[in-house]
Amino acid sequence: MFWGFLGRREGSLLRQFRLKVNGKEVQVEAPAGITLLKLLRDYLGLTGTKEGCGEGECGACTVLLDGVAVVSCLLPAAKAEGREVTTIEGLAQGEKLHPLQEAFISEGAVQCGFCTPGMILSAKALLDNNPRPTKDEIREALSGNLCRCTGYSQIVRAVEKAAEVMARGE
Amino acid sequence: MYDIKAYFEAETIDEATRLLADNPNLIVIAGGTDVLIKIHHGKIQKAELLSIRKIKSLEGIRKLEDGRIIIGPLSTFTQIINDPVIKENIPILAEAALSMGGPQIRNVATIGGNICNGATSADSAPSLFVLNAELKLKGQQGERIVPIQDFYLGPGRVDLKPGEILTEIIISPENYIGYAGHYIKFSARKAMDIAILGVAVLCKIKEGTIFEDVRIGLGVAGPTPLRCPEAEAYAKGKSVSAQVIAEIGRLAVKSTKARTSWRASKEYREHLVEELTQRALKAAIVKAGGEEIA
Ligand SMILES: Cc1cc2nc3c(=O)[nH]c(=O)nc-3n(C[C@H](O)[C@H](O)[C@H](O)COP(=O)(O)OP(=O)(O)OC[C@H]3O[C@@H](n4cnc5c(N)ncnc54)[C@H](O)[C@@H]3O)c2cc1C
Ligand code: FES
Ligand code: FES
Repeated sequence: MFWGFLGRREGSLLRQFRLKVNGKEVQVEAPAGITLLKLLRDYLGLTGTKEGCGEGECGACTVLLDGVAVVSCLLPAAKAEGREVTTIEGLAQGEKLHPLQEAFISEGAVQCGFCTPGMILSAKALLDNNPRPTKDEIREALSGNLCRCTGYSQIVRAVEKAAEVMARGE
Repeated sequence: MYDIKAYFEAETIDEATRLLADNPNLIVIAGGTDVLIKIHHGKIQKAELLSIRKIKSLEGIRKLEDGRIIIGPLSTFTQIINDPVIKENIPILAEAALSMGGPQIRNVATIGGNICNGATSADSAPSLFVLNAELKLKGQQGERIVPIQDFYLGPGRVDLKPGEILTEIIISPENYIGYAGHYIKFSARKAMDIAILGVAVLCKIKEGTIFEDVRIGLGVAGPTPLRCPEAEAYAKGKSVSAQVIAEIGRLAVKSTKARTSWRASKEYREHLVEELTQRALKAAIVKAGGEEIA
């Protein structure tokens, strides 16, 4: 498959992107060489996903691609074509927050909040595969996410608490 | 926004090598974690990319009947960590994979990309060096097999001829049966950091007390990953003791060409080689069924 020679400046050559975001099929026109992060933020208005370093180091831009945690700043949007993306906006059900979101609030795991969406998605990828992780497994799963505020222990506690709540089926 | 001028996607090896032969400017992209950073930094401009991600025959890890282990270059680090063939036969590679990046990077980055990028800091390299991995390379002219030690030519330079792609990483049974190994990545941070030094040791112990074979692979101890022939030759046939292990550590330094960078000085790296080679060897001895040496 070949997408044609693409313009290099933003706005020059556009292409259609078709993907599923938070359970909804979306189709959007955007510059062909764009990252998934930029597509989400600037073309789909989903600004919950943050940009920190833009180079894969900080994890602020973490989303789930077909259920797997990836850094969206290092992912050409074209790679998400036809696949399912989950962002922080997709976790709550109506007014009801996801147990991870509730636990981050109740355990004081949010300070400035910039790392939080990425942290929560990394944590969700973990809990989806391993519903009762140990502390070490939680730390390992979050090792690609930096936080400049909390010192991490509240975050680890929040994930433990969410795991408990989810295990009780609340 | 990436400065990408063209993007092709191949679905078969043949299609990929044909596209590469037709357009020498094409850059192969697998997980993209190295290529996209280079584009982002402007080191590659007007990139013309050939994605190989959809080529099914480059995926998967399997053990053949003759004992050879074939690792598809598109295997991600996460897949290597979790793969039963790797865990059972060459767990040192899973250890190395786990030391790499963080979960999000490991979910995307491929072992083929790690090798072909040609970095001396590639976390897969020391282990693949001690396992005497062989690389199958395919182009329109045909295919050839190159030992990984000959594949690394210099910093960021590998023996990929124009139009060739890496199609298989092969580990032969004589290089893992009876061996046990250990990988130590030394870096300032545990996660998400480039190694200051990577040390892989593989050993085979005879009658619980004699070094039948010791292999040492180092990353970031020179412009390319390397082996330590002097130390390895010395070790052969010696009985396992703290003195012999210390001498192996000292001799390992002889094979290095460490240099000073902002991460660490030459002297510090050499000290690490001597010390960490011994630590990795001690751990490998225990895994290989030898006695623990304090
Ligand atoms: C945040 C971050 C952290 C990192 N941490 C580490 C770390 O701890 N340890 C480490 O070793 N690396 C690390 N890296 C570097 C990088 O992720 C690895 O080198 C990775 O394995 C590259 O694989 P890829 O599939 O993403 O390669 P790509 O970027 O797709 O390709 C890399 C190179 O290999 C070539 N290539 C890829 N596949 C083939 C093939 N089959 N045939 C021929 N050529 C091919 C490409 O043309 C390119 O030159 C890190 C990178 C980032 C962004
Ligand atoms: S913004 Fe993507 S990892 Fe930092
Ligand atoms: S809460 Fe501020 S970076 Fe984590």
